[in-house]
Amino acid sequence: MKFSTDALLSFKRAFRFLGASCAVRPLPLLLLLLLPLLLLPLLSARPAVPSRADLVIINGAEPESLDPAIITGQADGRVVRALFEGLTRINPTNAAPEPGLAHRWEISPDGTTYTFHLRTNAAWSTGQPITAEDVVYSWIRVLDPNTAADYAGQLFFLKNGEEFNSGRIKDPAQVGVRALDAHTVRAELTGPTPFFLDLCAFPTLAVAPKFAIEKHGDRWVVMPPMPVSGAYELVEWRLQDRIRVRRNPRYWDAANVHSSVVDFLSMDSPMTAINLYLTGRADIIWDKSLVPGQLMDALRRRPDCHTFDYLGTLFYRYNVTRKPFDDVRVRRALALAVDKRRIVEKITRGGERVAAHFTPRGMPVYDPPAGLDYDPDQARKLLAQAGFPGGKGFPVFQYLFNTGKTDEQISVEIQAMWQRELGIRMELRQAEWKVYLVALRALDYDVGRSSWVGDYNDPNTFLDMFMSNNGNNRTGWKSTRYDELVREGNRQTDPRLREKFLREAETLLVRDELPIVPLYFYAGIHFYDSARIEGIHPNLIDEHPVYAIRKKRGSEPVSSNR
Amino acid sequence: MYFLKRAIFLLPLLLLISALAFALVRVAPGGPFDKEREPSTPDIERNLKAKYHLDEPLWQQYLRYLGGLARGDFGPSLKYRSHTVNDIIAQGLPVSLILGLLAFGFAQGVGIPLGFYTAVRKGEWGDWVGSFLAILAVCVPGFVVGPLLVMVFAIHLGWLPVALWESPLHAVLPTLALGLYFSGRVARLMREGMLSTLHEGFITTARAKGLSEPAILIKHAFRLAVLPVVSYAGPLLADLLTGSFVIENIFRIPGIGVFLVNSTQNRDYPMIVGLVLLYAVLLLVLNLLVDLSYSVLDRRVKHG
Repeated sequence: MKFSTDALLSFKRAFRFLGASCAVRPLPLLLLLLLPLLLLPLLSARPAVPSRADLVIINGAEPESLDPAIITGQADGRVVRALFEGLTRINPTNAAPEPGLAHRWEISPDGTTYTFHLRTNAAWSTGQPITAEDVVYSWIRVLDPNTAADYAGQLFFLKNGEEFNSGRIKDPAQVGVRALDAHTVRAELTGPTPFFLDLCAFPTLAVAPKFAIEKHGDRWVVMPPMPVSGAYELVEWRLQDRIRVRRNPRYWDAANVHSSVVDFLSMDSPMTAINLYLTGRADIIWDKSLVPGQLMDALRRRPDCHTFDYLGTLFYRYNVTRKPFDDVRVRRALALAVDKRRIVEKITRGGERVAAHFTPRGMPVYDPPAGLDYDPDQARKLLAQAGFPGGKGFPVFQYLFNTGKTDEQISVEIQAMWQRELGIRMELRQAEWKVYLVALRALDYDVGRSSWVGDYNDPNTFLDMFMSNNGNNRTGWKSTRYDELVREGNRQTDPRLREKFLREAETLLVRDELPIVPLYFYAGIHFYDSARIEGIHPNLIDEHPVYAIRKKRGSEPVSSNR
Repeated sequence: MYFLKRAIFLLPLLLLISALAFALVRVAPGGPFDKEREPSTPDIERNLKAKYHLDEPLWQQYLRYLGGLARGDFGPSLKYRSHTVNDIIAQGLPVSLILGLLAFGFAQGVGIPLGFYTAVRKGEWGDWVGSFLAILAVCVPGFVVGPLLVMVFAIHLGWLPVALWESPLHAVLPTLALGLYFSGRVARLMREGMLSTLHEGFITTARAKGLSEPAILIKHAFRLAVLPVVSYAGPLLADLLTGSFVIENIFRIPGIGVFLVNSTQNRDYPMIVGLVLLYAVLLLVLNLLVDLSYSVLDRRVKHG
């Protein structure tokens, strides 16, 4: 094989040329090994991120997208809310909806027709005016089956919204949103929806640029310049690194946008987050999942740690299609034997409140019903009535939960409580996230850890999920009475009357029928130094418009370690 | 000729790997669109599957995927829906490449001299200390070394940044944390290689010829002793270049390693298959290069 010997020889010659001919002289070898060091300057040669932003926020997991129609996560939503605005926006102090792109609106007496008047000075960051047509386009786009938006359900309150999304209606003109003129939008709803103005501030309903989306398709958010309707425009989006935004000078309220350049750092590791914060590299941590649980006690004592109530509930589901959980006495007995106080005081320790009902307190015009308290004696009696005195004959069952330190500790604690109080044996079944989700959905579990965070400030975001046909029910529990109560409640225009119906529905959920058992309400937790940062106000939906946040005048970034 | 044959053989191998990966990721329970919040109607989920052709039969999806591959298109990410897999690789791979090469340089630069030294000083104090350090490096995993380095050098001493990827200084701790384990392995391989080579007949011959000890050690022994290290270098480099989940997570480095792990948890099918293929190509090509370098280093090996 003459050819290959030649090739080999020339290969050797090439090596010799490099000075490593036989790899015998250590010096050239050493130089070869040091070669990677030459790469170092590349690191500093990367463009952008020239200086520290005015505000550095550790935001949480990497956003799945910045497309308002597509996102579902809260971390995604916080960035998207800075970039895109809807007809309303949320007020920084109380998170109530206030005028956004629409400066006023009229609501028909029956609560089903909303007429919005857009600001005439609203414009895209690229200069084009924002018109009523843009609003119609954005909402139809969310419902369009081709967009495949997870959160399309947020617009099922529009007349024919669900029908259009399911493909039963092909003509978007039949959906209940219309442009009356360039600056007037009319929305027709399927019923009075007291939280519709809250929904208008939700990212899914934000206004997105038709001209950019039609030009670039699904990738429009990564094609600069991305036209935005909100207070900030996108400077740079580096995956697993940061999203940098700067003040949008064309925003209608640009004068009240306080910080010019803001970095949202994406992060998964709580330790790294806290390290960056403590060394002064970040100003704010505002994601609950980024607080290291082991350090909770020490961190909560810090003056820059802020905890508050928000719309999140940790609970467990019963699979009511399986014996013995088809018996409500069994479900109630188990619920009464859980000492929830112990869970929040010994395990979570982040200021969580014990939950006897499913909807957290504090929502407008809704006072949740009383649920069940801790009562192990009553629990034993009920279990005996159900045919299992002292736990005798109770089948061994499983508690399904996902991988996570806290959830593991809670399940072990519940296991011990039920064993001790009721004499029943439960096995723990810890599953990887997707496996856990599939098991919940397929009703392939006995008792399963669950959680829910409200999307808007109204009990409906908690109560409609247990209606018989809701995909999030996942208990096998179907109650026509419950369905009727929620539906009837949502048909009311009188808030007091509505409350009555919804309360009755929730009473079924947490006292009479008990397909679920609430354990505790989540507590929100933020880290920021209130001597230096202002404009963050605790609220139930844990949303804090970035435009309102700023460093106090004269406060320098402090680099302190302890 | 030999290498040409091997290079041609890579293609069907990659095809097989892609088919296996494509099928296996779909065996895992759950799918990319299973979330804690189920869509409120089954129609929404149907729309999602239709959009990404997950409702088609598997063979049709695979053909569609191969069609994309032929155009150099790895498809869309199903988790990061506004990005394609190509976008994500283009952003993450260069970062992982830089960090990987630095760690590779560190591992070889420390491991080879250390292994060489401990072999030559076998049984003396230098050997004990050096071998102990090498074993220590192998025993302590990255998720311990990383936070320890951060605690000492970034938090207590304040010399280096705790995390992020902005300047050369930011690369120091991750390089150490990533390279330390491998430097220990390289040192041990090098030591073993040296010790067994020193027993070879040709070394005795060289000594008998009266060559100076450094010449024997470096010119004759090293060349053969370094072979295990070289053969290890291929997979090691492929491993380092595709990023490390642990180190990227601790130092919040925007590399590809985090995606490699997260995409499997997210059931992001195109992303998993794309990254598996990337890893396979790197591994196969680097192994080929390693075999090529054998014939240069060891004249007893002849290909063709």
